[in-house]
Order: sequence, then C-alpha cells, then structure tokens
Amino acid sequence: MPENIHLKLEIWRQAGTDLPGQFVTYDVPDVSPEMSFLEVLDVVNERLNAEGKEPIAFDHDCREGICGSCGVMINGQAHGPERGTATCQLHMRKFNDGDTLTVEPWRAAAFPIIKDLSVDRSPLDRIVEAGGYVTVATGSAPDANLIPVPKPVADTAMDAAACIGCGACVAACPNGAAQLFTSAKLQHLNLLPQGQAERWDRTIAMVGKMEEFFGSCTNHGECQEACPKEISIDFIALLNRDYVRAQMKQRRLVGQKFP
Amino acid sequence: MTLDSRIPTGPLADKWDEHRFSMKLVNPANKRKFEIIVVGTGLAGASAAATFGELGYRVKVITFHDTPRRAHSIAAQGGINAAKNYQNDGDSIRRLFYDTIKGGDYRAREANVYRLAQVSVNIIDQCVAQGVPFAREYGGLLENRSFGGAQVSRTFYARGQTGQQLLLGAYQAMARQIALGNVELINRTEMLELVVKDGRAAGIVCRDLITGEVFSLSAHAVVLATGGYANVFFLSTNAKNSNATAAWRATRQGAYFANPCYTQIHPTCIPTSGDFQSKLTLMSESLRNDGRIWVPARPGDNRPAADIPESEREYYLEKRYPTFGNLVPRDVASRNAKKQVDAGRGVGVRKNGVYLDFADPIGRLGRKVIEERYGNLFQMYERITGEDPYTVPMRIYPASHYAMGGLWVDYNLMSNVPGLFVLGEANFSDHGANRLGASALMQGLADGYFVIPYTIGAYLAPQLNESPVSTDDPAFSAAEAGVNDRVKALLSAKGTKSADYFHRELGKVLWDDCGMARNEAGLTRALSNIKAIREEFHKDVRVLGEGNSFNQSLEKAGRVADFLEFAELLCTDARNRNESCGAHFREEYQTEDGEARRDDENYAYVAAWEWQGAGNAPTLHKEDLVFENVQFATRSYK
Repeated sequence: MPENIHLKLEIWRQAGTDLPGQFVTYDVPDVSPEMSFLEVLDVVNERLNAEGKEPIAFDHDCREGICGSCGVMINGQAHGPERGTATCQLHMRKFNDGDTLTVEPWRAAAFPIIKDLSVDRSPLDRIVEAGGYVTVATGSAPDANLIPVPKPVADTAMDAAACIGCGACVAACPNGAAQLFTSAKLQHLNLLPQGQAERWDRTIAMVGKMEEFFGSCTNHGECQEACPKEISIDFIALLNRDYVRAQMKQRRLVGQKFP
Repeated sequence: MTLDSRIPTGPLADKWDEHRFSMKLVNPANKRKFEIIVVGTGLAGASAAATFGELGYRVKVITFHDTPRRAHSIAAQGGINAAKNYQNDGDSIRRLFYDTIKGGDYRAREANVYRLAQVSVNIIDQCVAQGVPFAREYGGLLENRSFGGAQVSRTFYARGQTGQQLLLGAYQAMARQIALGNVELINRTEMLELVVKDGRAAGIVCRDLITGEVFSLSAHAVVLATGGYANVFFLSTNAKNSNATAAWRATRQGAYFANPCYTQIHPTCIPTSGDFQSKLTLMSESLRNDGRIWVPARPGDNRPAADIPESEREYYLEKRYPTFGNLVPRDVASRNAKKQVDAGRGVGVRKNGVYLDFADPIGRLGRKVIEERYGNLFQMYERITGEDPYTVPMRIYPASHYAMGGLWVDYNLMSNVPGLFVLGEANFSDHGANRLGASALMQGLADGYFVIPYTIGAYLAPQLNESPVSTDDPAFSAAEAGVNDRVKALLSAKGTKSADYFHRELGKVLWDDCGMARNEAGLTRALSNIKAIREEFHKDVRVLGEGNSFNQSLEKAGRVADFLEFAELLCTDARNRNESCGAHFREEYQTEDGEARRDDENYAYVAAWEWQGAGNAPTLHKEDLVFENVQFATRSYK
C-alpha cells in the first residue's frame, strides 16, 4: 500500500451569505493517496465534529464526476490541478507530502456563497429555462428512426451535452462569464435536426438571459481549461455565429410583421 | 385492509388500452383547477412534472438539490431498454415482457411489466425528439447494444452517460414548464413528512435547507419520485445524499412498504481501497459485453495478471454459464464473484476483487473501438485506482446499487393511501426480485411520461371544484410540530459521535447479514444489532450547528435516523421470505450446485408491510402474484 502524505489545508469558512469569511488552516497528517479530495474533507469534518466544531459545508452528491454538485477552487484552480476532472474524482495521489492546499468556493458575482464552500448556482437553471429545450410535449414524438442524425453530428452534440452544470467555467473566468455553459447547452440542441425549429429564438433567449446574470466573454479560454468534461471553446464560437445569424433572422421576421 | 392491485381484466395485451379507455378524464379547461406536488426530480419526477405541466395541471416540484439536474438518475451509465426491434434480432414487446418477468425471478406483476414493455417504445421516440444524443450508426439511425439477462440488442445508449442525457431531456422539458409558470420549482428543500387527512394524502411538510424554515404544501395529490434506499448499506453506488426519508415518512403515515428485501447488488463496482471509503463507484454493466471476468485458479496467487498464463486462469462465469457467459443477470454475477473472493481467489492488494479483462477485445477489435465504446468509463477507473485498464485488467467487486422494493402501489401507481402516488425506483412495481440492466431508466420514464399522466386524472376527476386541504388545518400543524420536534431532538442529543459513524455501523451490519447471502440466524442477529445502534444513535449522536440555517450534519442525521428504522423492516422482510429468489439469496434455500431455490407454492406473493409504530412488529399483507401468461420456470442461464 502507498504511504500516507501530510497536507495542510487552508479552507474558506463563511457562516452565511452576507457574513464575513476567512481562511482557517487544518493540518491533516495522514492522507492516503487512495482518497478522493472530498474524502479528505470528510475526514476533516469527522475530526471537527469530534472536537465540537462545526463541520465545513460543501456541495457533493454522486462522487462520480457526473452530477455537477461539487466543485471548489484548489490553489486557485477550479476543480484542482488535474485536467478534465471534477473535485470528487480528484485523488490525492496527485499531491505531494508536505503540500499546502488553498481551498475556496467558486467566486463569481452570479454565485453568492451560501456557506463555506457551498454557492448558489441557480442562474444556470434560469438560462436553461429561457430556451434550453426542444418543445415537444409528451406523446407527440414521431418514431425515433424517422429523424436520422449523421453520426458526426450526434457525436458533436453529445460532446456539448456532456456538460454537468458545475459552474467551474464561470469560476475560472476572470469576467465571471457563463459562455461555455450556455454554448454547450445551446449547441447540443442547435446542432441537431430536432433543434432547428427553435434555433434562432433559443439563441436570442438564452444569450439574453445569460447576460442578465453573468459577465462578458473576452476569449481567455480559462473555462475550457477548468471544465471537468473538457468541453471545447469552439462551442462559444458557434454560439457567437448563431447569435449574429439569429439577430439577422429576427430582423427579417420583424420586417414581415409577424405577431 | 385488503390490497387491491386494480389490475384490469381482459387479455394481457389489451389491459392498458382498455384501462385508458375506462378511466375518467379531466377536461383540458379543468386541469388548471388541480394542484399536484411532485417530490424528487430524477427521471420519474421530472418527466411526470413536465408532463403534468404540459397537460395544464398546476404543479409544485421539490428537490433537495440546488438544481433538478443533480438527481441521481444522472449517474446511470449503460443505457435504456426498449422493444423497438430495430436490430431485427427477434425482439418484441412480448419478449421484453418475458425477459423482465424471468429476470425478476417471477416476483413481479404481469400486467405492470407488460405495460412497461408496451410504452418502452414511446420513451425512445420521446427522448429522441427532445434531442437526447443517443449513439448512432453511420447511416444516422439509432445504435443498440446488449445487456445482462437478454439475448437481443435492445439497449439504447449515449456513451456511458445515458442517465445524464435522459435526465437532461426530462429536466429541460420541465424547465420549459417552469418558464411557462405551470410548474413551480422549490429547490434545496427536503420533504420531511407526509400529511394524511381523512384517509387521503393532503400534502407534505418540508424544510428549507438554506433557512431551516419548516413549512407545509397542500395539493389534490402527492407524487413521490424519491428514488431507492440502497444507501442504507452506507457503502453503495448511490449518490451520497440519496435516502429513504420520504418513502419512510409515508410508511409511517400508513403507506405499505413492499418487498424491502429485494436489494440489488451490482457485480461491477470498483473494490474498496480503505476505511475512509465514502462510496463505491459503479463500472457500467455494459462492460460485460466485451470484458471477460476471471480470477487466478490458485487461491492466494500474487502474480500480476499479465504473468498468469491462460491455463491458470478461471473464467468462472463462461465456464459455469456457457449460454449467457459474462452476461448473466446481476444477482448471479454478484454471488459468483463473492464465492471466488471468499475462496481466496480475490485479486488486488486487499484481495477483494475479480478481474474484468479487456485484453481479448482490444486484440480483436483494436484499442480505438474499445475506447469509443467505454472511453469515459476507462478514464473514470483510471482516476480512481491509478491503474490503466487498457493494459492492466480492471478489478471489480459487487456493491449495493438499486432497490427493487419500494412503496406498494396498485396498477395506477397509487399507494394504499389514496392520493399518494409513487413512481420510479421509489415504488416496488416492475422488477420483481431482480432488475435487469438498463431497465431502471425505462421504468422511471415509463411511470413519469406515460403512466401517471393518465392514471392521476382518474383520481382527480371526481374531486372537481374541491379545494385542497388548507395548510392551516390541524393535520398540517401537527405534522409540522412533529418535524420541528425531531429536528430539535437531533440537535439536543449532544452526544459524541457523528451521524456518519452510526451510518457506517449500520452498513456493516446489513452488508454482513443482509447482503448478497442471508440466513435466518444472521438476520435475527442483524435485527438486534440494528436496534442497539438505533438506541445508541438517539442517545449519542452529535449534530453541531443550528436548525435555522444551512446545516448538512442535521440533514444527514435525519436521514440516518430514518434508515435505522427502515433497516429493521428490510431484515424482517428478508427473514420472512423463506426462499431464494432473484437478489434475495437465503443460504438455507439453494440447490445442490448453489443456485437459488424459489418456493412458488408459498412465496409467490408481494410482501406489503404496514408500520405499527416503533418497537412493534409490522403487519404483513400479501398480494398474491398470479401468472396467466408465463409459466413458472427455474431461471437458468447455463
């Protein structure tokens, strides 16, 4: 069995949304390299509880990198140093004995801190509600094989649809922009034949809603680096293309005096 | 009270059609007069809420997550079954029905399962139209793969993220209804009590997890889609927050809990690596399509896998079950893995796994094909174990994964408490004693999209122009007081140990005595151990922080308290069922070569348990299972 390592964790503690917070240092002398990052937090919390101190709040659920609940900044990197890996799938064999890790919540104007490492990401839901769907009431669908989708198109749509909605892209962005999240959902649907009927309205609506909450994209590309699903910023380029085209379409429709 | 399953009369294939015709309808203009509460936003809950919204009902949907898309359906990997027969390989509704009944070891209702197979084809149509990016052939049409317990390829999939994509489809359909104002989303809120008034479900009591506020919601009907209870074992493949609280609260209010002993142990999970282990990770069953399972023939063989020659390997599933080979159903695969490890043939540092080896298929098909099929799973395995499964065989071991048991429901998915409907994994209805792979997603969406939208109408129609019970009613105030008291009790126990500590203890007891193999003495021991843990929990649990703020320790403690009560019912049911069937394997009841021995004479029934208060034995109600269309047969995968 590999030997345990000794870590120092500097963790952000904040009792509530509008309350002041500060870093608190925790010494963890016995971290097994087989542990996941969240299991280290579990161990710290068990000890805090035993000492009569309130445990650290953090969001987590599936611990398989798919639900998108977890996510913290580790040494300034969203989800930590390993590429394409959510915090829950980050294992301690990636760290060295004696390391100090700074652990913070997502920091973005659109994501207020609820407590400690837990933040409110509900603006992402508002973007989906604005148009991140195909309008197809239950029961009204044609036979599935009536809609052939070329394999490369289906594969690219799937690449975009793999987004887990964790918000790391927003946290990593110096502007707190949500372009990667929005473009992933938008292009999942805009690329597919099923998504064509609402393509332009969807684009205008989702981008508009995004801009209500989030900063602007200035092509830093940090989002792509942080994304645990390695979603490409090419989707942002496709979003920009669709947005320009959607505005042209919208002008034409206005000219036709549609209701 | 006698259990009326309300199965329609007539030939099997016509039952659902006839039933839909005979049910009362609510006219479109009247639907907005009805309010429905949906608890849970997984496949079943989200699809039901979306469809209710589309139909015009007024819906409130609650989830303890920050967003509906986090529900644990998201983690389902392998796929969803449907009797499309796109592969022209002999599939049909009847065959999917038969495979499901057989896979469930003849402990499921024929009528429900047939309906499930019928609507399975509509599910695929619906999901494709929503934009679910299922795997495609080069011609653009849908691709399929095969799964355990079937000899046809009927599983649709989206890489190893089928659950995610199906859930996003349902979530997005629901998001549209939220934007339209038909569905109100109440997130980060947990249901802590069911309110029953005059024998009907009148609403629920919830706790806002951010502010700690306890409040009530009332409606004409309550729909629970709150998932399963596999986390009762502490270590399971379920998400950390999956729990049995909603279902257990309903049980305490009079809903019957059916077949709790049918708990599925999934054969392909990553083995534990230490005492800090917080959960277990599933490796999709689809891996068994190509991977070959083996152990070293000689117990205690410490050589690396690559150094063990073919002649000294034991491909025990292929040898014992030549017809199905590595694709035997989950219960069979799990028990056989346990046998090998118990016999000292386990692999890995802790000797707690068996190999799932891809050397053969990589040699035959090339690494690229395998990467395309299972790339993300291989990557996940590598992250967790630090080993590269392209070159070193995976190590796997069974883990608690799914609950076939759940709240008892009739053919309309209504529990014995009128107005309380239960969908998806939270009910008991379709999988009998063992669920086949890729059937959970099918059932969740069948219930939510295509069954409950019809059957709830028949319940609501006679209540036209009646208001829901007011939340000022004494029934609600009493329920709220009960919730507040429980919260207070947990905070004021001021003991020494965390809720997790007790949960782990409970898990160990259940895994040892009520896991893959059970016997009467073990179950009796477990029952007394659980009682002792429960008593200690209430005396010695330490929950820090306040009740009126975001307090994850408090959430956890409440769920563990309910698990500690529920676990007793689980063991009671397992002890009552003196037979082996599906996932329920009683060591006293096995054939000479170690296969399960069913007792159809005495146990072909659904065991529905009625809670009689803490410390009292629950009452057993039996629903006899009648098989008119299939013959009892001993399951054989040899």
